This record gives sequence, C-alpha cells and structure tokens, in this order.
Amino acid sequence: MALYIHWPFCLAKCPYCDFNSHVRSGIDQAVWRDALLADMAYEARLTAGRPLGSIFFGGGTPSLMPPETVATLIEAAGRYWKMAADIEITLEANPSSVEADRFQSLALAGVNRLSLGVQALDDESLRFLGRIHNVEEALSALEVAQRAFPRVSFDLIYGRPDQSIEDWQRELKQALAFGTDHLSLYQLTIEEGTRFHSLVRQGQFTPMDGDKAADLFDLTREMTKAAGIPAYEISNHARKNSESRHNLTYWRYGDYIGIGAGAHGRRHHAVTIRHRKPENWLAAIKGQHHGIKEETPITARDQAIEALLMGLRLTEGVDLERIARRTGLDVSEFLDLAAIQYYSDQGLLTFNNGLLRITEQGVLLTDALIREISL
Amino acid sequence: MTPLDHIRNFSIIAHIDHGKSTLADRLIQTTGGLTAREMSEQVLDNMDIEKERGITIKAQTVRLDYTAKDGQTYVLNLMDTPGHVDFAYEVSRSLAACEGALLVVDASQGVEAQTLANVYQSIEHDHEIVPVINKIDLPAAEPEKVKQEIEEIIGLPADGAVLASAKSGIGIDDILEALVERIPAPKGDINAPLKAMLVDSWYDPYLGVVILVRIIDGSLKKGQQVRFMQAGTTHLIDRVGCFRPKIEILDSLGPGEIGFITAQIKEVSQTAVGDTITDAKNPTKTALPGFKEVQPVVFCGLFPVDAADFDKLKESLGKLRLNDASFSFEAENSAALGFGFRCGFLGLLHLEIIQERLSREYDLDLITTAPSVVYHLNMTHGEGSIDLHNPADMPDVTRIESIDEPWIEATIYVPDQYLGAILKLCQDRRGIQKNMTYVGGRVQLIYELPLNEVVFDFYDRLKSISRGYASFDYHQTEYKQGDLVKMTIMVNGEVVDALSMIVHRHAAEGRGRQMCQRMKDLIPRHLFKIPIQAAIGGKVIARETIGAMRKDVTAKCYGGDISRKKKLLEKQKEGKKRMRQYGSVDIPQEAFIAALRMGDDS
Ligand SMILES: Nc1nc2c(ncn2[C@@H]2O[C@H](COP(=O)(O)OP(=O)(O)OP(=O)(O)O)[C@@H](O)[C@H]2O)c(=O)[nH]1
Ligand code: SF4
Ligand SMILES: [Mg+2]
Repeated sequence: MALYIHWPFCLAKCPYCDFNSHVRSGIDQAVWRDALLADMAYEARLTAGRPLGSIFFGGGTPSLMPPETVATLIEAAGRYWKMAADIEITLEANPSSVEADRFQSLALAGVNRLSLGVQALDDESLRFLGRIHNVEEALSALEVAQRAFPRVSFDLIYGRPDQSIEDWQRELKQALAFGTDHLSLYQLTIEEGTRFHSLVRQGQFTPMDGDKAADLFDLTREMTKAAGIPAYEISNHARKNSESRHNLTYWRYGDYIGIGAGAHGRRHHAVTIRHRKPENWLAAIKGQHHGIKEETPITARDQAIEALLMGLRLTEGVDLERIARRTGLDVSEFLDLAAIQYYSDQGLLTFNNGLLRITEQGVLLTDALIREISL
Repeated sequence: MTPLDHIRNFSIIAHIDHGKSTLADRLIQTTGGLTAREMSEQVLDNMDIEKERGITIKAQTVRLDYTAKDGQTYVLNLMDTPGHVDFAYEVSRSLAACEGALLVVDASQGVEAQTLANVYQSIEHDHEIVPVINKIDLPAAEPEKVKQEIEEIIGLPADGAVLASAKSGIGIDDILEALVERIPAPKGDINAPLKAMLVDSWYDPYLGVVILVRIIDGSLKKGQQVRFMQAGTTHLIDRVGCFRPKIEILDSLGPGEIGFITAQIKEVSQTAVGDTITDAKNPTKTALPGFKEVQPVVFCGLFPVDAADFDKLKESLGKLRLNDASFSFEAENSAALGFGFRCGFLGLLHLEIIQERLSREYDLDLITTAPSVVYHLNMTHGEGSIDLHNPADMPDVTRIESIDEPWIEATIYVPDQYLGAILKLCQDRRGIQKNMTYVGGRVQLIYELPLNEVVFDFYDRLKSISRGYASFDYHQTEYKQGDLVKMTIMVNGEVVDALSMIVHRHAAEGRGRQMCQRMKDLIPRHLFKIPIQAAIGGKVIARETIGAMRKDVTAKCYGGDISRKKKLLEKQKEGKKRMRQYGSVDIPQEAFIAALRMGDDS
C-alpha cells in the first residue's frame, strides 16, 4: 500500500497547471498540520496494520510545507502502518533558493527522495511556462538536493510551441549529464481550464502539432535509453531499480491512501475523493473528521479497465491473469481478443503468457490502442 | 356554441421568420389567453426543435375571446402556420379551415418567395387577406416600400395594411379590429346533418389521438356517434374542446367553429387528414373534397447505427408518421448498412428535422444516406421503366437506355447586388432561366432546375451568397432526360453505399473531388493509412489519403487521474459506437450528412 499526502498551495499558479493548487496567504500551519493528521488517522482506522511501501508528498508545492509538519506526518504514518524498512518517501519541490534551504531538514524529517520541478533549462522557456525560478536557481537547487537526498529526480516539460528538435536534443543532453537516477519528461499538454487553454483558444500560441511532438518523443526514448536511463513508463525514465516505487503502485493498480485536499485514494475496491478546495476540505475535517467528499465502490469491470489504463503505460506491461484474479472476470469480458491479435500482428503490442505489453512502436498510440482493445 | 356572426377564423401566413409566431404570442396575450407569467416566446412552437431553431414546423390553432370596439365579444380562431417551403402543406390545411388570413410581411425584408406562395394559396381559397407590415420597430423598416411591393408584386390593395411590431406590441389592437371587421364570418347550418372537416390530428400522450376539426354544418358533442366518411369508420366522441392555448373542454362545437375532439382512437393512421366527419345516424349527403395528397420529393435511407435498434426505429418512424403524414418510409436492406428504411421527405429541412427528432425524442443513433430524388430509368430490352429511389440500387448501366430526372420551377427573390452570384449558382446547377423581372431594388427570377441539384445544398448556398436576403420557393414540374451517372465513394477500398449518388456526368469529377476532400476532413485519423476514392463504374476519378495517426497518448497519469481517464475512455468509446465501420474505418455519423452539405467553394 502507498500513502499520498496532498499540499494544495503554490506561490503562483503556472499557466499549464491543472493540479489542485491554490495561491493563499496566511496559511495557519498548525491548523493544516492537525487537519492532515486527522485525515490520516481516519484512513488509518480503515487500513490499520497494513504494510506501507511508500509515502508521497505531492501538490501544489509541498516543499513549502514546514519540515516539522512533514516530520510529524511521517512519524504518524509510522505509528499507523507497518512501514517497510526501505520505505520510499518522496517529496515534490520547486527549485527556489528558499526551498533549497529546507532540503536538509526535510531529509532529516525522513524524506529520502526528492522530485524537483525544474521544467526547462533556459530562462526564456521558464518564463513562458510561468515559473518563478530561473535556470541558475534550478541548477543550484538540484545540486543541493543531490547532496541532501539519496535519490533525486527532476521534471522537464518539452514539446513547447517553438521548440526545435535540436533545442530539445541539447536540453535533454544537458539534463542527462546531471546523472540523476530518475527523470520525468512530460510533453506539454494544454489542459482545459488552464490559462494556456484560453491563450490557445485566443490564438496567442499554437501547440506543437502531433507529428512533430511524435518526433520529439521518439528522440527522447532513444537518448534516455542510450544514457542508461530508459523509459519505464510513458513519461518516466529511471536507471534499473530506481523507478518511483510510489508511482508504480498507481500504474500497477495497487491500493493507495490519499489524504489532503482533492486527494484520490483506492482502498478495498472503492475510490475515495476528498474535497478539492482547501477551505472546503478543512471544513470537512472539522465537521466529519475526514476530508472525503465521495466514496464509491468500483465495479469489477471498471477495475479491470482502470488496471489496463494504468498498466499499459508501463514498459513492463500488465499481467492480465492478475487482473482477472483480482476482479473475478475472464479476460474476454473486458478485452477484445481479436483486436489484440490484430494489433499485435501490426507490431503495436505483444501478448505472451498472459502478459500484455505495448511495444516501442505502439507506445505513442497507447490511448488509441486501449480504446481499440478494451470492451 | 358561438353564433356564426361572432366567429372569425383566420390563418397567419408569411415568409419564414417574418414574425407569425411572435404575432400569435401578442394576440394571445392581448386577449388574455395566457398571463404574462405563462407566456414564453413563440409560445405555440412547443416542440423542442421548434424552440431551438426558432421556426414553426407544425401549424397550431388557438381560440381567443376578443371584445371589439363595437362592444361585442367575438371568438377568434387563430392558426399559426410554418413559413418554410418544406411545410407548405401545413399552411394549405389551415387555410382550408378559415375564411381569411393575416398576411405578415417583414417591414425590413419585404415580399419574399413564400409570402407569394402562401398568399396565392390563400387567394385560391377565396380568403379575405389582411396585410400586416410587421417589425416596424426595426431601424431598417421601410413600410412604404413594402406596401408598394404588396400592391405591385402580389396585387393586393395595401392601404388597409396594418403597421405593427409583434415584438413591441404596436398595432395589435388594430389587427384585432381589422380581423373582426374585414374577415367574413363563417357560414353554416346548425340544423343540417353534421359535416366537419378533419383538419389535423396528432397523438397526445395524455389524450390519445386528438383531432382538430372545423365544423361546417350541424354540431358535435360528447357522446355523439360519428362516422369518418373516407375511412368508413365509426367512433364515439368522448371529448370536445378547444385550445386557448391550454385545453378547455366544451359542451359542443357548432357551425363555423374550430376545436378538437377525442374518440378513444389509438392511432393517427385511422384519421385521414381532409376526411369528412358526419353523424353516424344522420349523415350528410356530400362529403368535403378532401386535401391534395402531399408527395415526398427527397428520399434517403435511415439506418440504425446499432442493428439491434431496427425495431425501435421502425416503431419510432411509425410514431412520427402519426403526427406527420407527409413523410413516408419503407423497409430497405443495404449491403453495408444492414436493415433500415428508405424515407421520403418534403425537403431537406424536413429530412433534417425528422432525423433530429428520431435521435432526440427516440434516442436513436442513425446513419442518413445521401439524399436523392426519384429517377425514372428507361431500361433496354423492353424491360420498361423503373423508379429508382436509392442510388445504391442502380442496375447495371448496360441495362439502362436512359435516365429521366425530375425538374422544378423555382421562384427566387434577390436584391440586385447579389444577382450575378445567384445567376451563376443557377447556371452551375444546370438551371434554365425562364423569366427575370425587376421590382424595386430586387429581382424576381424564375428558373427551371433539376431537383437533384437542389436537394443537396442549393438553399444553403443561396442563403450564404446572398447574405440571407434571397428567398426561394419551388414546385415540381416534369421529368426530363439527363446525362446522369452513378458515383461511388470508397473508403479503405470499400464502397460506402450510403454515399453513392447520381450526378450529372459533367459535374462528377468536381463533386468526386469535393466528396473525397470532405471525407478526409471528417474521418478522424486511424492507426493506419486510409485511402478515399471516388469512382464511376470501375474508374477512379478522385482520391485523397488520410495519414495514419502518430500520437495519441496522455503525457501524465497518476493516482488522481485514474477516474478521469476512465471517464474519458468511456466517452470516446461512446463516440466510437456512433460511428460506422467500413473496411475497419470508423466513419462518424455526422460525416454522412456533412459530406453532402458541401459548398461550391470547398
Ligand atoms: N424587431 C422585431 N423582431 C421581430 C418582430 N416580430 C418577430 N420578430 C423576430 O423575428 C424572428 C422570427 O419570429 P417568428 O415569430 O418565429 O417568425 P415566424 O414567421 O413564426 O417564423 P417561422 O414559423 O419559422 O416561419 C424572431 O427572432 C422574433 O423575435 C418585430 O415586430 N420586431
Ligand atoms: S508549482 Fe506545480 S502545482 Fe503549483 S501551479 Fe505550478 S505546476 Fe501547478
Ligand atoms: Mg413561427
């Protein structure tokens, strides 16, 4: 089981971001710490004693949390669940100097993996992406992080409107040179409800066309593979055994507890969704001692489909036998086996010994393939 | 029962959008039929489609009580009619039930094609016509000019025309007075045997089949045994009433009155519009002449996307036909589309509306094949002549001696600055000019055109090149021989028979190119390359290729995104269900009708 803790605040809202992040001043840290503890305590009662393999502080910008709060939450989790000896505790951070100053105390609090939102390696792109840090800050934060934490990953956003193949090649080469054991490389996606979405609608910029984005994607796969940090998921790259264990829980469709504003969780075949707006979540904690807005059971079929949606993102593929066992369904009840045959003949996927996998050739068509083969 | 001299029956007629329904609103409101709270815009347009499109499809009747300046209270029966040419038959029925008409003319648009068509129908019924120049509140209103048009083009005296604004309520009292003063009271004999006209009928979920009647002689009341003379059936009346527009139950209906009856009738097909209703025991000797039967002119195939919906489609078509005798359907079987129906319509708008109602009111996903007209094929080897309703059924060309196609005579009104473009359009569509007359700043054109050139997008084109100012009306004339060929469209090597069409040989290549380009834009990219070809016989005359999809993948997906991704997937799969597969290509349903709706500029 994995534990996700959401911190919903950021210093500024990035124009591409559709996460549950809010800009607020005057956050009462004691209230927020206690509320998160209460939310955790509620979940703990329902899952007490289960082994815990990872904790993930996501956001928002959890690097803005007081390190003491982080420490208290980790401690509490240790009391509620059976923490694995090698538990992975990740925290997402933005690379400002203020935050870098806290890395040491966060490490002391128990965080052993840092995921740094670098996003781009040139100042102009950072400005376009609405980031408040510059390259210099990012690089020094990365350096501090690499010293403070045993494991460090960072994010880049590519496929920016005017990015050429050569630009990205140069940038990625530089990124690989830092020698982290994990990299998240996302193609810029224009999500509904973001500022970029309205800018695109107003014609202020045009997102990169699909064919060019595909070229950049192919290049990314090649370069990371050559550097020994190949893709293990659509946008995530790691050296062997350095994959994000926490995120693997999602993709392998394991159970996870999600606490904090807007966090999703999946436990005992039910999905839990917490109040998104920080104020509403706080009020819910006050009123009902947990932040849950909805808790809905997931049907066997939906579980199977979700397991596919997540699992086929992984290079390792999905074990259909496992899904079948878990849901009590026969594989033919959620998959079109003829379509699978057709697309494996096309070389877009493979199906051997119950293991379904999208090939390197098919990976860019993952969503389309899932649509074609799922029932 | 109302004394004859206190009844006035009238239709409101006009060109589309000149304000008939809005005027009906004001008349209802002014006479107190509905309170301000109950009122909505175009209150008589009660179908969803009517409300959304802002047009009237079905004629509606309302009874109003009006106390005139002479101190007397009159019963006014108002019939609001549709303006669009496709629904002209609704107008003709309403006119048959009245003694007069309010002719509404938009003060900024003037006399248009349907103004004329409807007014001529009204004159044929010997009606008293009261011209109303509407929308005088508009800055562009030119009432004097419109008066002149009414006199010159229609030939009606216009000094008595009422200047009005249905929107702002100007002239409403004058209209009401004019109705009472100028429209003749109906005639009829209360003591004669019952003779009533079956004006319209429809199915109401609460009341069953409702029949709109106009009493000529005698009277109708609850409990009366009546006979439908043409149908030869007998029924027991269980309700008599009228619409105000809310339902009001009455004791009886007398001569000259318009109202409704119900008689425990299950199906509208048992009620022939135009039939004569009489008393079963004391019947009238002479039946009414009945109405001219309406003939569908445009045909297309309707197929359920999901073959399992065939019975539901059949039932729904049956239900729709109950309220709309003007469209026809018969079972059809297509190699690619499976079982469906070949349906006949009065025009493209009618087709579109039926299709929309099927999908909306009956929740059916349909594929519509290319609209077509009825061709007469003259066969070789003494096989005689056959009617071709569906291009897909075209026999081998060697068996065809010649093909005749239907022609129409079209009347077009257009401001002269657009004349050039309209003439070109008519010429491109093989039109033959018959007449051209200047009236004020406008031109009246009479053209002969092949109907198959009109059913595609002629009306849309006409409207778009004249910025909406041209108006159009037509009637079918005769069949003439044409140099016609069947063009097929192939997607990924497979013939899409829904897109087969009969075209004039000279237009084939251009149309083929357009079709291929259109389909290229309408079919989403697939995981493989898709060739699209247009062909005549075995010969490919145009081709396009849709490249394979390269990228369709979500960049980011973590714990919180699972539910959202699943919802998205379900939505996409739902969308996929609405498509039709040809040679493993999914063609969106919209593509079928959109492909035919092409502009000449594309
Ligand atoms: N300015 C102005 N607009 C009007 C007036 N009367 C109607 N309209 C507008 O004209 C449009 C068409 O009005 P309708 O009453 O639906 O016209 P109609 O003749 O019933 O149309 P069909 O039934 O489709 O033939 C609507 O947008 C009305 O609001 C008027 O007196 N003044
Ligand atoms: S910092 Fe991260 S969570 Fe906050 S607005 Fe930017 S992208 Fe969103
Ligand atoms: Mg109307």
